[in-house]
Amino acid sequence: MTRAARSASFLARSDPRLKVLILVLWSFLLALLETPKAALVGLGGSSLIYALSGPKQFFKDLTKLLAINAFLLFIWLLLPFSFSTPGTAIQRLGPLVVTQEGLDLSILLSLKALAITLGAMAITRASSVFELLAGAKGLGAPEKLLAIFQLMTRYISVIGQQYARLRQAMRVRGFQGRSDLRSLRAYANLAGYMLVGGLDRAERIHAAMICRGYNGRFWFRGDFKIKPLDLGFVCLILALGLGVTFLDD
Amino acid sequence: MTIESLIKLKGLVYSYPGRAAVLNGVDFELGSEGLVGLIGPNGCGKTTLLKIIMGLLKPQAGLVTILGQDCLEEKHFRPLRPKMGFVFQDANDQLFCPTVADDLAFGPLNLGASRQEADRIAQEVLDKLGLSDFGPRVTYDLSGGEKKLVALGTALALNPRLLILDEPTNFLDLEAVARLEAILLELRLPGIIVSHDRGFLAKMTQKSYCLEKGRLTEA
Repeated sequence: MTRAARSASFLARSDPRLKVLILVLWSFLLALLETPKAALVGLGGSSLIYALSGPKQFFKDLTKLLAINAFLLFIWLLLPFSFSTPGTAIQRLGPLVVTQEGLDLSILLSLKALAITLGAMAITRASSVFELLAGAKGLGAPEKLLAIFQLMTRYISVIGQQYARLRQAMRVRGFQGRSDLRSLRAYANLAGYMLVGGLDRAERIHAAMICRGYNGRFWFRGDFKIKPLDLGFVCLILALGLGVTFLDD
Repeated sequence: MTIESLIKLKGLVYSYPGRAAVLNGVDFELGSEGLVGLIGPNGCGKTTLLKIIMGLLKPQAGLVTILGQDCLEEKHFRPLRPKMGFVFQDANDQLFCPTVADDLAFGPLNLGASRQEADRIAQEVLDKLGLSDFGPRVTYDLSGGEKKLVALGTALALNPRLLILDEPTNFLDLEAVARLEAILLELRLPGIIVSHDRGFLAKMTQKSYCLEKGRLTEA
């Protein structure tokens, strides 16, 4: 249901090539910003892109966003106290000094990280793997790289299921992970089995491809036509991009 | 006796390193009479035999002849493989594309079809399988039975002369097996079915062979 509704959204209907291009350019642009003001507007821009990506699950998406950005926690634990000392001290916490410079940098980094991940999340959630592949192909990305990406997205769930099955098989035989040598050995066996099993599967997949006449080509689609809707998307991104660039001066 | 032999095996010997020979002088001939069954205990070399027929393994001795062509090396097998629709035991090994339509188009594109032709063939195969609206479906969202049918479809998209099915009913529920049976009966393609499912073989094949202790005998 959500998938059908999502595929009707503005972002889902725009050209896959455009989406890949905008994903890359918008992320780079945001990464290069130097003032919190511009980064805040960038976050607004990403929110706008998110708004165009179809039905939302705010809580779920917010959790995902914060989980991806968990590393920001370390920045907030370290940077305000350590960056550019002795700088302009604004607060003392015992032996620690919070500097204006450190605080500004932490805010800037957080805003940028959130804006980039939110933008990327919005664009990818409104596209299928197939579309992202086709879009990248349309932009001239090398087929080998796309093949790796395609096979990874296809088989990560298969490998995950195998891992879950093995873990269950260990559990039904009474295995409980402890921090002793026996548990470590069991985990090592599990990892070894996953590796060997993965290699075997890769060989079978390759054999199956050969049986269908595989000769090195993956045949990604990459034929698209720009629609009026896409021009709207380009204009929107141009406006946002120029906006944050000017603000950043 | 037969008009034309599709597959002919003579004196095949194969052993994996450090183990006794799994195939020890196997002779076999598949005419155009229909599907034949291949049975035998686990690990007896059924899949090995199929892999040798497909040219995926090289026998230590013996001769493989496919559609009248003696196959001695890779270059002999290459043009013949698409003529033998091979369906793997695990459909996850066969379906590697993000969507069903892409997977079905992969074979025809390899054989030189244009994008439009390949898409048309993919749709024809889906219609034949009764999965007409499955084209845009994402492969890993399919059920086990649907995956199996699509895997069969990837072989059919090559327009093969014969089918080679490795345990096609594994992990399928009764309904999915019935559907597979109906499709195979309608296709009327000759070929080999490896299976432990005696009921399925009885319905699908006229004749079965048993592979045991390196030898192939009529069962």
